[in-house]
Amino acid sequence: MPSPAKLTSEDIRRIYRSLRLIRRAEEEIARVYPSDRIKSPVHLSIGQEAVAVGVCDALTGDDVVSGTYRGHATYLAKGGDLNAMMAELFGKVTGCARGKGGSMHLVEMSKNVLGASAVVGTTIPLAVGYALALRREGRGRVAAAFFGDGATEEGVFYESLNFASLHKLPVVFVCENNFYAIHTPLTKRWASEALCGRVANFGIPTHRITDSDVFAIRRIVADAVAEMRQGAGPIFLECHTYRWREHVGPMEDYEAGYRDRNDMETWRATDQLERVGALLDATTRGKINIEIEKEIAAAIEFADQSPFPPPEELHTHVFAGQS
Amino acid sequence: MSSPARAEAPAVSRESGRLLRYVDALREAVAQEMEADERVFVLGLDVDDHKGIQGSTLGLQARFGTERIFNTPLSEDAMTGVAIGAAIAGLRPIHVHIRMDFLMLCMNQLVNMAAKMHYMYGGTVTVPLVVRSMIGKSWGQGAQHSQGLYSMFMHVPGLKVVAPSNAHDAKGCLIAAIRDDNPVIFVEHRLLYGTEAFVDEAPFTVEFGKARIAVPGNDITLVGVSNMVVECLRAQELLSEVGISAEVLDPISLVPLDFDTILASARRTGCVLVVDNAWTTCGASAEIIARLAEATSGGDAKPIVMRRMGFAPTTCPTTPALEQTFYPNPATIASAVHSLVRPKAKAWSPAPERAVLAYQRQFRGPF
Repeated sequence: MPSPAKLTSEDIRRIYRSLRLIRRAEEEIARVYPSDRIKSPVHLSIGQEAVAVGVCDALTGDDVVSGTYRGHATYLAKGGDLNAMMAELFGKVTGCARGKGGSMHLVEMSKNVLGASAVVGTTIPLAVGYALALRREGRGRVAAAFFGDGATEEGVFYESLNFASLHKLPVVFVCENNFYAIHTPLTKRWASEALCGRVANFGIPTHRITDSDVFAIRRIVADAVAEMRQGAGPIFLECHTYRWREHVGPMEDYEAGYRDRNDMETWRATDQLERVGALLDATTRGKINIEIEKEIAAAIEFADQSPFPPPEELHTHVFAGQS
Repeated sequence: MSSPARAEAPAVSRESGRLLRYVDALREAVAQEMEADERVFVLGLDVDDHKGIQGSTLGLQARFGTERIFNTPLSEDAMTGVAIGAAIAGLRPIHVHIRMDFLMLCMNQLVNMAAKMHYMYGGTVTVPLVVRSMIGKSWGQGAQHSQGLYSMFMHVPGLKVVAPSNAHDAKGCLIAAIRDDNPVIFVEHRLLYGTEAFVDEAPFTVEFGKARIAVPGNDITLVGVSNMVVECLRAQELLSEVGISAEVLDPISLVPLDFDTILASARRTGCVLVVDNAWTTCGASAEIIARLAEATSGGDAKPIVMRRMGFAPTTCPTTPALEQTFYPNPATIASAVHSLVRPKAKAWSPAPERAVLAYQRQFRGPF
């Protein structure tokens, strides 16, 4: 991987900070998890952070993202509040969804993080619909839809591609291809590996990034988004990546036999967090690391100290305008 | 005797309203809301073709442009998601389906997303979405063009479900649905499209959760759903000829349901027949009867006689020879009422030719 040419040291600091925050926040979630204070299943992104960070760093605060139930990385990379996320996992009323959504339904509309869904593929058309509204708004904002390789097997994925291309909507389709849908490998699911070819047939430019290079992802998205702001249509990214932990829960699961630890070690050897960190001097890196540890500790403390929702909260928000 | 082709409209609008067909009331409601609020837009299969959803969207594109009313690919799942996405972005979509049967292709987005988003995102998101869909009947509509599937949506918290039975309520409910910040499943019966009622020209809303007493009566409470209100009104006329006074209630909206009005009427008449335009199992009629049973078991001095009618528990056949017995009709409704009100009397049924409703007799299809 070549060194990033056009990036400033501030860019590198920011990207490192985002990668590091997500990695450490999730490691802390995994550490806390056995204490049973987290009241929600967690699908950790550890190992996959570069995709969310690379894409979101190319967006502005006004742009919109939609994510999945493995969505901590998307939420944090887009600027979602860590305290509100941690409190949500703890089931507290101060959570981003008042404790009613949990880890799989993170949301922060003030940061343009659309709510995530546990049903694979369901948020893809929502991002497209949001992009329809953005195009009508005419301010050049764009939407990025994150989804996994499993979602590309859903009919709604192809329906969404077709509609977005037909109407030239400003959507960045981002497939985080980690090769497994829960425990089932691509070889049992895909008749052909030519995912980008399938998408290209809808008239959508595609990019296949097989090494998770955070700077490459960022550059591709930045270039495409600049054109979208002038009226260009959607693009599609297939980003290979690897989930280091189990599908759901805090542990590793290599002993289960469905995949090989060596695959993970290969990915870890090119870990983007390490790579970007190495571009910073030790002092700068250490300072960022200390800040992040403080933020995470404060978020866990915030979640611990926050109250649960009162019982009557069960019945609020069934309908808008109700209470 | 009032024309059987005309569903009763509330007296309040008679002074200022005009006689308007149901289909024109729908179109007028959408046009007025699109005029008043640029966030309102219409999408759906065939909304901009020369038939314009039986006329209910005809001319709207010429008036409001292709950005605000447009045809879609045959991708009901994604198009529902697109509508939801636009709704959470602040627009107010009206997603049109020419048959309710096609809503089965939208279930994931409607049930797993639209219904739940306000709740599972802690109130930070609203989904002001209207889903219009039509129930077909007769002219060989058959198995997949005739289903009244609204109870599937009634089951899920977060969805409102309305089924107006006349042109006045069609306009008022559609405007209310468009202005509502929640997803609303808007149920239209195809055979009602040509029926007329008095409708105000100025925009107005019909409040959800408020049933209407279409005709007052003393001997039995007849609750009709959607076009079954019209069938019940004809049954009520036939029953009056044999001295039975039926009160006809139109819930108008099923979620929220004005149960209090139904219960008060049932307590007064002591007898209830719910006539649904759907199957009875787990249906709107089951819900209403269950609530009545819960509310009146134990405390009430006199038990209330309850019964329901709906589609036969079969798939809807195309041949008229079978289709005519698939549906409740004014004759079967009147006959059922007679047996409930006068259980000891000899069974009675009106002459079949007197029970045929003009709006059904005149219907020549297609669709």
